[in-house]
Amino acid sequence: MARELKCHVGIGKTVTGEALVADDNFSARYDLDRIKGVFSRPQHALAGQSYVDKILVLNTAKGGVASAWMLHEMVARGIAPKAILFNTANTILAQGAALASMAMCDRFEDGDVTKLIKTGDIVTIYPEEGRVVVGSGDP
Amino acid sequence: MLHGEFGKARQWALEHQIQVGRMFDAQDMVQVSQAHMMADPESIGKAGVAFVEQFAELPESERRVAIPMITDPRGVDLTYYNPLGQTEEMANIERRFIAACQKLGIMMTDTCINYQTIMPPILGDHVAYGDTGVVIYSNSACGARSNFEGGPSALAAGLTGRTPRYGLHLDKNRQATRRYIVRQEPKDLTDWGVLGAVIGRKAGSYWEVPVIDGINRVPTSDEMKHMGAAMASYGSTPLFHIVSITPECRQLSDVGGDRLTAENITQDDLDALREPFGAKGEKVDVVVFAAPQLSLVEMQRVADLCCGKKIHQDTSLLVCTAPSVYVDAQRMGYNEAIESFGGKVLQGTCFYQQYAREIGEANGWKRLLSNSTKIVNILGGYGYLPALASMEDCVASAVAGEIV
Repeated sequence: MARELKCHVGIGKTVTGEALVADDNFSARYDLDRIKGVFSRPQHALAGQSYVDKILVLNTAKGGVASAWMLHEMVARGIAPKAILFNTANTILAQGAALASMAMCDRFEDGDVTKLIKTGDIVTIYPEEGRVVVGSGDP
Repeated sequence: MLHGEFGKARQWALEHQIQVGRMFDAQDMVQVSQAHMMADPESIGKAGVAFVEQFAELPESERRVAIPMITDPRGVDLTYYNPLGQTEEMANIERRFIAACQKLGIMMTDTCINYQTIMPPILGDHVAYGDTGVVIYSNSACGARSNFEGGPSALAAGLTGRTPRYGLHLDKNRQATRRYIVRQEPKDLTDWGVLGAVIGRKAGSYWEVPVIDGINRVPTSDEMKHMGAAMASYGSTPLFHIVSITPECRQLSDVGGDRLTAENITQDDLDALREPFGAKGEKVDVVVFAAPQLSLVEMQRVADLCCGKKIHQDTSLLVCTAPSVYVDAQRMGYNEAIESFGGKVLQGTCFYQQYAREIGEANGWKRLLSNSTKIVNILGGYGYLPALASMEDCVASAVAGEIV
């Protein structure tokens, strides 16, 4: 049975993929080995895991402005997540998603999105409508 | 503009701004006086260069930026990259990007300390700055108004002369949301960085605004720079206030801080932040002064510390500064003092933005020592073992070949 989560209107087009979830934050520069496509900062909750083609579900964005270019560069090489969901995005990640045409949403009405979605869930994001469907079938 | 009457560069720019503005509920656009673009070759990649080059090929009237626009550090010092282990391919991305920017009328200032070197913004000045350190300093120390504008958004602002009015362009988002009391007054630059990092980590979000009480001495520009850069790095924080010191907070109530419950910053908080970055007695591979680039005042201090000494044969020292500071430091003999010691002064780059992983691997650098709380936070993800010490201890460690 699918569940629908309401969030703020986001960036990008509708996309479906498998979730990779952690109660941790995100910076493309600080946290990733962008050549290998894995989380590389040892302290990160997802250290060692591949983010390629995943829908990342994380708490918030942190760190510098580089992520705004990096998402575009990662998408161009095909070693990128499909989308990112945050409890709270920052401006940089939103700008990066816009350039990269990557789906991104935040501010979920039902609480902490890193608790509402589990790793392995199949998730469909409708950024223009501000909703996310977890699981398959009609909610 | 949206229909392309002003060319496809401005059309893209406005479309981009509308998308981002919609996500953050912007009601309209605000005119900005300057744009500052972060775009090092490692983050833009070939895809990013090609993206900017497509605009560089447009007719002049369609490609020129509409307002003064400057740049953050480059990733390759084109006068010194082979010895660092940077490749010709990296340098070529940089050359192509510089050529494209120049066709757009962008001034290649290559600095993250434009507020110390180029043109500091004015209280209330709406700007579109990239580089989190630049934004937090400009918002907090100068009272300017900028969101973190990543490279693409800064470029969009340069092309339209505007940015979506959301976030820190609005009065309501500049009020304090967290209140901290400092009990231990910071002494050196690293102390200020550690304090900034602790507050950034506690605040923990772009949308939190710390107000800090208990600082009785007006910090220097370099101290504010290290504090802000670390706070932004650890917390994604774009603005802070210091009671009686920063311009929007003559008193606590100016920013609504009197309504907030205060939290103490304790010695334990400061010690805990430093703890992962201690490594006394261990061999040090490279000492780095960067992040942010060094002001002329910092260059003089490093030069004084290096004067008459020699670096250990197994240790390297890199110092990153703005091109305009480099020229002054050259004239004043600071570069010579640092290079006679055995260090190298790089111009227009910043260490962590210049393929840090690749140059670390090429030179066998693992243990890195810096006085920048920001840089030690970043470089763990790049395969380094970063350690933190004061500027004096960094130079002493470079002499000893191990962390003193």
